[in-house]
Amino acid sequence: MREVAVISYAQTPKVRDAGAKNDVELVMEAVHGALGNAGITNKDIDFTCSGSCDYLGGAAFAFVSAVDALGAVPSIAESHVEMDAAWAMYEAWMKIQMGHIDTALIYGFGKSSHCEMRNIPTLQMDPYYYQPLWPDTVSIAALQARALLESGKYTEEDFAKVVVNSRKNAKNNPNAQLSGDYTVEQLLAEPTFVSPLRKHDCCPVTDGAAAIVLATREKAEAWCKRPAWITGIDHRIDAHNLGTRDLTVSESAKLAAEKAGVKKGKVDIAELYAPFSHQELILKEAMGLDDSTVINPSGGTLAGHVFMSCGLDRIGEVADRIISGEADRGVAHASSGPCLQQNLVTVLEG
Amino acid sequence: MSEENAAKEPVEGFESPVNLKYSFAAGRATAKFLREIKQGRIVGQRSSITGKVIVPPRGSDPETGTATVEEVVLPDVGTVISFTICHLPIPNNPIMPPFIIANIVLDESDQTFIHLVSECNNEDIQIGTRLKAKWKDSSEWGLSMENIQYFVPLDEAPIDIEELKQKRLKETEKYRNA
Repeated sequence: MREVAVISYAQTPKVRDAGAKNDVELVMEAVHGALGNAGITNKDIDFTCSGSCDYLGGAAFAFVSAVDALGAVPSIAESHVEMDAAWAMYEAWMKIQMGHIDTALIYGFGKSSHCEMRNIPTLQMDPYYYQPLWPDTVSIAALQARALLESGKYTEEDFAKVVVNSRKNAKNNPNAQLSGDYTVEQLLAEPTFVSPLRKHDCCPVTDGAAAIVLATREKAEAWCKRPAWITGIDHRIDAHNLGTRDLTVSESAKLAAEKAGVKKGKVDIAELYAPFSHQELILKEAMGLDDSTVINPSGGTLAGHVFMSCGLDRIGEVADRIISGEADRGVAHASSGPCLQQNLVTVLEG
Repeated sequence: MSEENAAKEPVEGFESPVNLKYSFAAGRATAKFLREIKQGRIVGQRSSITGKVIVPPRGSDPETGTATVEEVVLPDVGTVISFTICHLPIPNNPIMPPFIIANIVLDESDQTFIHLVSECNNEDIQIGTRLKAKWKDSSEWGLSMENIQYFVPLDEAPIDIEELKQKRLKETEKYRNA
């Protein structure tokens, strides 16, 4: 295996509405930020890969326009995944492993404010039985939350504690959309939104973009004092049909964590892509994380959820803390699909 | 498949409508361009790195991937860089085939865009033909490139594209920021 590290990460501030800015204008901020942090230019990049969803913009091949943010003259090697940009990073990582490239720029973006965000992911569901019923993301997550409560493993207080911690941690994150001091009692006094979930149990709608730079050892060490080495990475998928699996657990997250080697050392921090509070509890259990690990030091997905770059943000938030020396070993998790169907786990070490 | 099912009509389709509403944001640069063209002005943006003028602007210089800020008001006169003669009608457009679709570069700019050419003998159009915009009546102007109905040939000799390219490169050098 070739040694690969995240050497730089940049994100736009997580905001509810980026206003007049278009995708290109958002991506430029993130991409130039990531290249600038590493002190390099696009000429140092062998391969660029992005993650986004054309349904957000409502235009076919909307992602192609984002290339205007890169400087693609002369032509560059470029690819795109219609998934969270964490998977774009996975593609770039594999391309490095194959020996084709030494450096990669990865970016993800999503402007969710101008579409019906709750209905967009419905389009990835089964087209015959599920999609015609238009189950929205919150309702689908609420089914899972109800099953979890009925299993007796967790209570609504546990859900609220997840939110209290997220908002508290986010106070130290200048890019967070939602932060502050709350108590479990305060949160439980709020009305339910889609029972049993309250609004604060759900991730916000967010506009933004993020970018990271990957490099092999020689370049990583030249460009970064303390690179965040990727020592494990694994992607697993559960069945598409929600009726075929136990929604109170995540078999794929468990397996991905095992294969990525999460338990091979102490986990200082973990950033989990849990768009709903109860999903953090499912993931923590599946990945075998205990109280010795700081969960979501950035505030996580509940503090800001850029659909299509939230998974890349998790990798970036862990990498940033390793690069700065704040942590030695961390786990970044990305998810995709209804009720945590797909899970990608990355282990990063200083 | 049971025999009873096999005998029935095959299911070849069913209706599952998708209705999603969007509130579109053109982007800062595009919105500015559209507001200007509504007033009958064509405004491009200059890259501070290459010195080239991009029109219609998208907010970035695609060559370097950097943000463009400086605005440049452009003349509505340009040159044919390439063209085709189209024999298919455009829906809801009075222009009748065969008509010309041309790739046009406006004077003082460095990026082409596509528009129609009319009021001419199609056979007379060639690469290098000089053109001027024919605007719709100002009462019809909206947030659209269609404010220009089409381009018409100028009574000028065609120019050499390579020479034009060299002239522009020399001109953009003045604005280049190494």
